[in-house]
Amino acid sequence: MDTILDILAAVIREAISPGTAAVAIAVIGLNLHFGYTGLLNFGQSGFMLLGAYGFAISLVHDIPLPIAVLIGLGLAFVFALVLGIPTLQLRGDYLAIVTISAAEIIRFVGRLSTLKELTGGAQGIQGRTYQPAFVNLSFFGDGAWTLAPFNYTDVADGAGWVRALGGLVFALCVVATVLVGRRLKRAADPTRTAPRTGLDGTLGKVLAAVLVLVGLYALFFAMPVTYGRSGVNGWWVRAVAWTLVALSTLVVYLLVRSPWGRLLRGVREDEDAMRSLGRNVFAVKMQSLVIGGLFGALGGMVYVLASTVQPDALGRQITFFSYTALLLGGAATILGPVLGTVLFFSARILIRESARAWVPDSIMNAQQTEQFSFVVVGVALVLLVIFRPQGILGNKRELRFNV
Amino acid sequence: MSETTIGTPSLADPAARRALMAGVTPEPGAAKQDPILKVDKIERRFGGITAVDVDHLEVQRGIITALIGPNGAGKTTFFNLITGFDKPSSAGSGAHWEFDGRALNKTSASSVAKAGMVRTFQLTKSLNRMTVLDNMMLGAQEQSGENLLKSVFKPLWSGQEKAVEEKAEELLARFKLLEKKDDYAGSLSGGQRKLLEMARALMSDPKMIMLDEPMAGVNPALTQSLLGHIQSLRDEGMTVLFVEHDMHVVRHISDWVVVMAEGRVVAEGPADTVMSNQAVIDAYLGAHHDTDLGDDQVLTEGALDEIESEVRADEAAHEAAEDAKHDQQGDKS
Repeated sequence: MDTILDILAAVIREAISPGTAAVAIAVIGLNLHFGYTGLLNFGQSGFMLLGAYGFAISLVHDIPLPIAVLIGLGLAFVFALVLGIPTLQLRGDYLAIVTISAAEIIRFVGRLSTLKELTGGAQGIQGRTYQPAFVNLSFFGDGAWTLAPFNYTDVADGAGWVRALGGLVFALCVVATVLVGRRLKRAADPTRTAPRTGLDGTLGKVLAAVLVLVGLYALFFAMPVTYGRSGVNGWWVRAVAWTLVALSTLVVYLLVRSPWGRLLRGVREDEDAMRSLGRNVFAVKMQSLVIGGLFGALGGMVYVLASTVQPDALGRQITFFSYTALLLGGAATILGPVLGTVLFFSARILIRESARAWVPDSIMNAQQTEQFSFVVVGVALVLLVIFRPQGILGNKRELRFNV
Repeated sequence: MSETTIGTPSLADPAARRALMAGVTPEPGAAKQDPILKVDKIERRFGGITAVDVDHLEVQRGIITALIGPNGAGKTTFFNLITGFDKPSSAGSGAHWEFDGRALNKTSASSVAKAGMVRTFQLTKSLNRMTVLDNMMLGAQEQSGENLLKSVFKPLWSGQEKAVEEKAEELLARFKLLEKKDDYAGSLSGGQRKLLEMARALMSDPKMIMLDEPMAGVNPALTQSLLGHIQSLRDEGMTVLFVEHDMHVVRHISDWVVVMAEGRVVAEGPADTVMSNQAVIDAYLGAHHDTDLGDDQVLTEGALDEIESEVRADEAAHEAAEDAKHDQQGDKS
């Protein structure tokens, strides 16, 4: 029983880690590229790395934090322009080729020993050289704090059944949210002529939101997590990271519901049709590439807040993790990127820790369980694409028409 | 009273249209009274093949002009060239075309559409994974909500959005697509997509609409209603240029017909007379089309020999002419 609880605790810690939040922000940007505009950007890690370098190097050189953030974003902006000007006039595949190689170029430039003064070469930049500027901003105070503050240990002396009850409530909330979500989707489907159930629009959404909140509380009630209030890897950095995730989601929501968002989807569907309607397709694609890239850079900055700037940590694999998370959550959906990223990283830790706990070392050692977790995640992605190509939140109706 | 301005007779009246075009000599490149589109020396070569080679063409404002010609005559390429989807090989060496007094030689496809010349495609380009209504709303021009900075603030564009939506629904109702407005465009039938594309083009209030085979693959009943729509567009003062293969359609609605063959404009004229033009008949049927190969008589040896000798004589005459040309050139050099 303790093993299971340990595994679950590790999963939850991974789910709320700043790294997960950082990738979620990058995936939100990728969703704007790939999900809404149809741009095959295989270089999101390049945007992240540039944002991270710009941010960290500026801070190392005693540039104030807000300006350091702007420098990171500015680098990504220039990168997007440099990538976009030659390739966005060509067919989509070219952007994919150019972005993946450009991201690799940035990584290798970061590793150059001649730039060791600036980027730290392959070792990267130590966290303690730039993190204080951010950590010192914390107004959370000192000491440790536990989420949720009122948890199972406060009821009946932390008896096992209280904890199990919390877990049960969480599970029920997940099931109920799925059911409500399905209902909502069915109600929104205009092709269905069957009489609509009482659960419509706003009421359903409020119910779903309440269920999610109750579920989250139940989760942290049963599995409380303790970190330092401030510090390098504490609640402060988590709060900032997840606030940025929420803000990014909000911005993307505001953008894609507007006529501008309609332009993006139009470009995704058919560029020539958009030209015949008098739209400057190049400008639309460029705007999308830049904005998505800025989200990537922001993600990169958050990524290094609680770790180090390490060029190899933000390599190709982060790009492919991002695509996996995006497809898992559902491309061209608002909440899909966040849900997909959290599930992707949690699932990987779940598999890794389970393999570590129950597979004997003679069969699979600690290093191999790490690789094993990626294998399982890969297989899961293949199954996902076959059996639920639209992802968790995606709309299956959209997939009926091959473009 | 009708809404027509005094002085210019409404072109909704067939007699007025006939009178308007009566003064135009039915020959390739004829000058029109009030051309909305003028094309000069536009040529497009694909390697050794000259797909389009139009010396001069004018399209009269306010009427329906049909562009016909056998397969491979270069009609669609011509469309692509003047709408900016393709660039003429003769660009920079005399190619010039202007729309409504504005030169379009160097403009992109999107600026051509903004200038008021909107086209549709032979293979319909509906935006499949968007709803019919969204498709329509993309047709409207000058939307402030499409500005990146304004798009985040809904109050800045919600008013215009509502107006655009109303207009879209009006047009959809006219094209009998209103009950489909929340469906994905990809779920429509081929004919409905043609309708949607035409309606979408109309969202921008174009001065001239260019339809590339609007009737291809559309069932006869729907063709009737499409024709009605096209005519009512003309009656509202829009200029229509369309490519079509169905001669009944062309005869039925066009006020003027331009015939292309092998990239050139070979004939122009009113629908009823241009069909009997020798150049048109040759273009469609070949010069020897009168010879009935289904006739038993031609199966007798004598008749076949006769045809063969005729063809040979033709070829000989042709070669002789060519030789003479070469000789002349040889003399010059």
